Amino acid sequence: MLDPETAAWVSDLKASGPRREEALERLHTVLLQAARREARRRAIDSPVSGVELNDIVQQAADDAMVAIVAKLDQFRGESRFTTWAYKFAVLEVASKLTRHAWRGGPVILDSEAWLQLPDRFGFTPEEAFEQRELLASIQEAVQTALTPRQRRVFVAIVLNAVPLDVVAAELASNRNALYKTLFDARRKVRTFLVAKGYTEFE
Amino acid sequence: MSALSKLKRFLKTDPEDPGCAETFALIDVYVERELARGDAADRYPGIAKHLATCGPCAEDYRGMISLLS
Repeated sequence: MLDPETAAWVSDLKASGPRREEALERLHTVLLQAARREARRRAIDSPVSGVELNDIVQQAADDAMVAIVAKLDQFRGESRFTTWAYKFAVLEVASKLTRHAWRGGPVILDSEAWLQLPDRFGFTPEEAFEQRELLASIQEAVQTALTPRQRRVFVAIVLNAVPLDVVAAELASNRNALYKTLFDARRKVRTFLVAKGYTEFE
Repeated sequence: MSALSKLKRFLKTDPEDPGCAETFALIDVYVERELARGDAADRYPGIAKHLATCGPCAEDYRGMISLLS
């Protein structure tokens, strides 16, 4: 049973003619407001501002609306319609802001910056020295146990600290597929370490 | 958290982690549940596990909470 507001949104968006046009306009306003709030929240930690930020907000609202219209039949009414719609705006803002902020930055997917590994997990130079065999084993695992794609994703995200959404765009993939690739890579590295006797990783 | 613990946590994978797509599919329901009853993690433990591991999805979750608060 849909709440009355949600039922009205769905019914208006599935209508035709001026009723649908008016609903699309209202939806765009809702998405624009959500995208603006989300962009401002994220912009605190981002160098993007002013006209650039406004452009991102506008594009995010436009793309979110396209996605919502395409997926309207998948909406099952388990949440309020506006909550369901918000997630598309948030996802678009996240993806666009991350990619924009990284624009011009290095997306070195193949350069294996192994010296960065201790830093990525916060090892001090002393700790890195103490754990040098473990760290070398991780490098060995990545180089021998992973598929080329898993290796590429692991190196980009873990060693080069490239955001997941940026790597996804770079590889013409998506966040879910990249997460799964990294998930499998993490599991394989851990299995490799356990097989080498690092039982504390079990 | 020590660097070694951080590394162990990163390499640990949970088979119940449903990934980003399933999390996105349910995030609206999860957020409403959390705001209404505070027990979303109990109702959807897989989603909670994913949000604990996936930085981008966790940030989206915080964005949703902020929009609805």
